[in-house]
Amino acid sequence: MDKILKALEDNATLTPEQLAVMLGKETGEIKDIIKKYEQDGVILGYKAMIDWDKTDREYVTALIEVKMTPQRDRGFDRVAEKIFNYPEVQSLYLMSGGYDLCLVIEGKTMKEVAYFVAQKLAPIEYVISTATHFVLRKYKDKGVIYGAEQVDERGIGDI
Amino acid sequence: MNYDKLLSRTVTELKPSGIRKFFDLVGEMTDVTALTVGQPDFVTPWHIREAGILSLERGKTYYTSNAGTLSLRREIDKYLTRRFDLHYNPAEEIVVTVGGSEAIDIAIRALVEPGDEVIIPMPSFVCYEPIVRLSGGVPVIINTTFEDKFKLTAKQLKAAITDKTKLLVLPYPNNPTGAIMDAEDLEEIAAVLRGTNVAVLSDEIYAELTFGKKHVSIATLEGMWERTVIVSGFSKAYAMTGWRLGYLCAPAPLTKQMLKIHQYAIMCAPTTAQFAAEEALRNGDEDIAYMAEEYDRRRRYIYAGLTKLGIECFEPEGAFYIYPYIGKFGLSSEEFCQRLLVEQKCAIVPGTAFGACGEGFARISYAYSVNHITEALEKIEKFVKTLEK
Repeated sequence: MDKILKALEDNATLTPEQLAVMLGKETGEIKDIIKKYEQDGVILGYKAMIDWDKTDREYVTALIEVKMTPQRDRGFDRVAEKIFNYPEVQSLYLMSGGYDLCLVIEGKTMKEVAYFVAQKLAPIEYVISTATHFVLRKYKDKGVIYGAEQVDERGIGDI
Repeated sequence: MNYDKLLSRTVTELKPSGIRKFFDLVGEMTDVTALTVGQPDFVTPWHIREAGILSLERGKTYYTSNAGTLSLRREIDKYLTRRFDLHYNPAEEIVVTVGGSEAIDIAIRALVEPGDEVIIPMPSFVCYEPIVRLSGGVPVIINTTFEDKFKLTAKQLKAAITDKTKLLVLPYPNNPTGAIMDAEDLEEIAAVLRGTNVAVLSDEIYAELTFGKKHVSIATLEGMWERTVIVSGFSKAYAMTGWRLGYLCAPAPLTKQMLKIHQYAIMCAPTTAQFAAEEALRNGDEDIAYMAEEYDRRRRYIYAGLTKLGIECFEPEGAFYIYPYIGKFGLSSEEFCQRLLVEQKCAIVPGTAFGACGEGFARISYAYSVNHITEALEKIEKFVKTLEK
């Protein structure tokens, strides 16, 4: 039932009751399906999309390219695990092309990110080099456009 | 100046929209949770917008031929064949218009002479009757009923046809009721029309928004193509209301005359919109499917929500409106909507906006996000609870 997944991906606040009505199912059935998805690790969590730039929170985001030597029999997985266990790492991807790992990291300041790269990331065995790119502005993330006002420009309509 | 003497009496005698006052009141208020809008809440899909922009970048800022670009008319034919098994010759049986509204206007004006009767099922979209009156025609209103699922019945039609009947307006899928006419319903209508010289204006602007059943056009039934003018457009299916683009399809002897009115009054539909529409028809089937599924979810949600509040509703099968019966609360439609607005800041449209037979009903648009609909349902719940006390 990927219709449930699609609906929740768009709006995770939908309750099983609402989903049941919208998809023409029983509430109990929806609850069971969602539970199964959660147990199987298909649904991993529910989070809000927050535009932190509209708050007074100070933060910086950086995208870091990592080149590394794969380990015999283990490829990149072991090192990847070591990296993704750092809580400041938001996302980590194994890439094709010019470098191997791409990680997105968030810190309070640029200094904090620089410290992470210099003290934690770069010294990891098998890491050959890193290139850090700071994010200047987030336009869109996970299908959501940032900075846009949510105004219904259709107004109240007319007949 | 004596403006009364200047103005055409036919125009001054046209009734302005009956609920002007209501909308003025809505306009004065802030923080209203409105379920009033008759257009999609989606933005035109980007690839379609981009095609319009690209046409501007390439300097395509000229008039097109009166009937619209031939390549767009070819795409319209392919689309209608693909989706509704309708066949029209792009060279002479399709006219691209400024929205479905213009298509309705020129179709009626080309057909109706003073004294001609035009049968209009109501409740329905508000423009048919005034346009018929502008042509000197006589609107013959058929009130469809909740019991008949707001369908036009053969019996009603038969009783309404006279020697003077020129045209039947068939507004399905219907705004405001959400009713549709399926193949069997249409066959009964067709049986009444066969052997008459009555034309049909089939307003199929919501054809892509039917739920559970695929839209059937009356023009696909035997003996109907020859008498039918199909009106449709891009506004609802592709969320392109602001582009103002529609079209009509009819046998060549009819389009030839309608095209004359279009030529003199309009020249041609907006060129940028025509290029965007071509892209919509070529690559927009997935957009339609996505939006239709979204509307379907909201439809089920709002139907369940209203039913749960004890408000009786016909379960809509098309368009994006639901038309609940609110008469049981002992208020007129306008009173109900006005008090809901003032007391709970929630706006819905009184059924009387769509004809006198709308008394006791209201139109609710569900072209809104689920969260918005939820908020509105909560307000409606609070309001009807105060009425039940």
